[in-house]
Amino acid sequence: MSGSKALMDALELEGAKTVFGIPGGANLPMYDELFKSNIRHILVRHEQSAAHMADGFGRVSRKPGICFATSGPGATNLITGIATAHADSSPMIAVTGQVPISMIGKDAFQESDIIGISNPVVKYAFQPKTPSEVPEVVKKAFYISSTGRPGPVLIDVPKDVQQNEEEMNFPDVVKIRGYHPWTDPDITQIQRAIEILLKAERPIILAGGGVIISGAFAELQTIAELLMIPVVTTFKGKGSFPENHILSLGPIGMHGHAEANKMMVEADCVLAIGTRFSDRSVGKFEDFEKNLSIIHMDVDPAEIGKNQTASVAVVGDVQASLRIMVKMMIQKAIKKTEKTKWMKRVEETKEYWQKNLKIHQGDLGAAKVLRKLREVLPHKAITTTEVGQHQMWTSLFYNVIQPGTFFSSTGLGTMGWGFPAAIGAKVAKPDVPVVDIAGEGSFNMTENSLAVSVLENIPVIVFVMNNQSLGMVAQWQRTFYDRRMIGIDLKGCPDYVKIAEAYGAQGIRAESLDEIGKAVKIALKSDVATVIDIPIDPEEDVLPFVAPGTALKDMVLPS
Amino acid sequence: MWAILSVLVENKPGVLFKITNLFRSKNFNIDSISVGVTENPEFSKMTITTIGDEKRVAQIIKQLNKLIDTVEVKRLDEKMTVYRELVLMKIKASKPSEITEIMNLANAFECKIHDVRQSSIIVEITATPDKIDAFTDMVKNYKITDIARTGITALARGVNHES
Repeated sequence: MSGSKALMDALELEGAKTVFGIPGGANLPMYDELFKSNIRHILVRHEQSAAHMADGFGRVSRKPGICFATSGPGATNLITGIATAHADSSPMIAVTGQVPISMIGKDAFQESDIIGISNPVVKYAFQPKTPSEVPEVVKKAFYISSTGRPGPVLIDVPKDVQQNEEEMNFPDVVKIRGYHPWTDPDITQIQRAIEILLKAERPIILAGGGVIISGAFAELQTIAELLMIPVVTTFKGKGSFPENHILSLGPIGMHGHAEANKMMVEADCVLAIGTRFSDRSVGKFEDFEKNLSIIHMDVDPAEIGKNQTASVAVVGDVQASLRIMVKMMIQKAIKKTEKTKWMKRVEETKEYWQKNLKIHQGDLGAAKVLRKLREVLPHKAITTTEVGQHQMWTSLFYNVIQPGTFFSSTGLGTMGWGFPAAIGAKVAKPDVPVVDIAGEGSFNMTENSLAVSVLENIPVIVFVMNNQSLGMVAQWQRTFYDRRMIGIDLKGCPDYVKIAEAYGAQGIRAESLDEIGKAVKIALKSDVATVIDIPIDPEEDVLPFVAPGTALKDMVLPS
Repeated sequence: MWAILSVLVENKPGVLFKITNLFRSKNFNIDSISVGVTENPEFSKMTITTIGDEKRVAQIIKQLNKLIDTVEVKRLDEKMTVYRELVLMKIKASKPSEITEIMNLANAFECKIHDVRQSSIIVEITATPDKIDAFTDMVKNYKITDIARTGITALARGVNHES
């Protein structure tokens, strides 16, 4: 059997139904076997988008998404997508073609050292040297990508390895000596965590992306309700807890909710679940951990003590850890019903800021636009975002009600991620509406995926908050550079309604809240992708704002 | 703070690159590194010395452990470890009597002498970094024209506990 045939068989054995990619000289043999296989190929228009689609698919299905690219530029074009998945711990298998083994190192046409280039942004990279290695490599790649802290794994297959034939053996299990993704949570540590939480006067839960990755929504909610303590999230953890829940305060961080940042600062104890305490979430590291006892649960032992010092650390899958915690609390009949002084303070603060946070008063102010979108979209709808002001407004003003329906490029902050990721999400869950909340600057970077959406019949909605500029950069230039505006003006080019139409998609310009509501309703019923172009005020800032390098307590509020 | 790490890795191409790239990408410092295959040819052992406070060293160890090609990472306690570095030094002598002086010093430090010539000598010293520094200090009145160091290599004292 050839290496290519073995590759397709091994992918199918791992349950692969779809790959996103582009063929080229060095991966033609695998495409020839793809042609003969039962796997659906979705032809993209740029490899970066293939990786983002696989990423979106992976986050939604919680199984590795698969992307294919040829050698050289095909492989290097994947890198931004792979790095995005790595930064956000998303499972992905990237399969690249490579020049034949005899040509490696000869600066051959379309040769790139993708193993070396990808090293810092993959969980692991393989380059099988003989065809018979392929089945085991694929098995190991899926095992590594999807277990422990998930991440992207690259398989770089030289062309002769694809073509040559050898006897194949498909292993059922693989063992990797240096890889131990499952750690049983330490019961005594969980015991200590409960004791500390019960003793704390002002406890809070900080839920991170790990809760979403492990699907620990029910466990998180049970613990919050048993302890009757407030829940804040990181931005990546947004939607790990229903944002209409009485205990929900929303995301903390640079553009966190005012009430979330305020209560985070006042808390004396935090149960931090599946978070790496990114600078964007916690602000200045030294200030965050001051007078705060931290209980840190994470699947990755290297996260313990990296950015923040934990009083108690529980290493293991957070769902497994939380389940043990719930069981222990139920055994001990821990159920708080009495409203503590702290809880009263939390409720008052939440109520105050929900009423009094100043929002943009224009008809198409960000808060109004996004609340309108929430009103029209069903709770099960999946939303992704691009990167920039619209993303942070989404964090502030778009409530995620059904856990696990919100995804964003939070770690790497990749503009252009949201739209292809939405397509990947829609492939994973075809029956659920998928909306990319976008800025036009980001959408412009991967808008050619409209061709994929239309031709492959994957209708998603792109909700473009169009301020005709790179709004977040503009905001920083207004705030920190005395309004010396440079490199931000996109001048309303191109016309996104016409762009949509050029690709055979539907384009709607919505210039009032009423029109937005109608446009979304039309889009939800549409068989093709719909781009809704909404002109917003280029001068609107995202507030509240915790400036980089400052502490959450230094949050700047809208005046 | 100085730390000696003993890192057991898969003996295959590219692993040294991954280790050094990890140090680079995390902004950690490699003070010295020595690598060699173990008694089992499937593994290599790297001895890495690094400098950093307790928190940083702990983080380095965790990041090394996280690499899939590392099988075991141990921090060696200096007092419970035999550690040595091998240094080759070419020293220039301006007159033949200096050769004798250098050889006497070398003997006092239990060095090996190689390639004795009229005006130069190669000295090999295998010792702890302190002793190497002391020797270097002693010969600094002569001209050291070339030097090559292996980096520290180390083994924990006592019987191995099979895991």
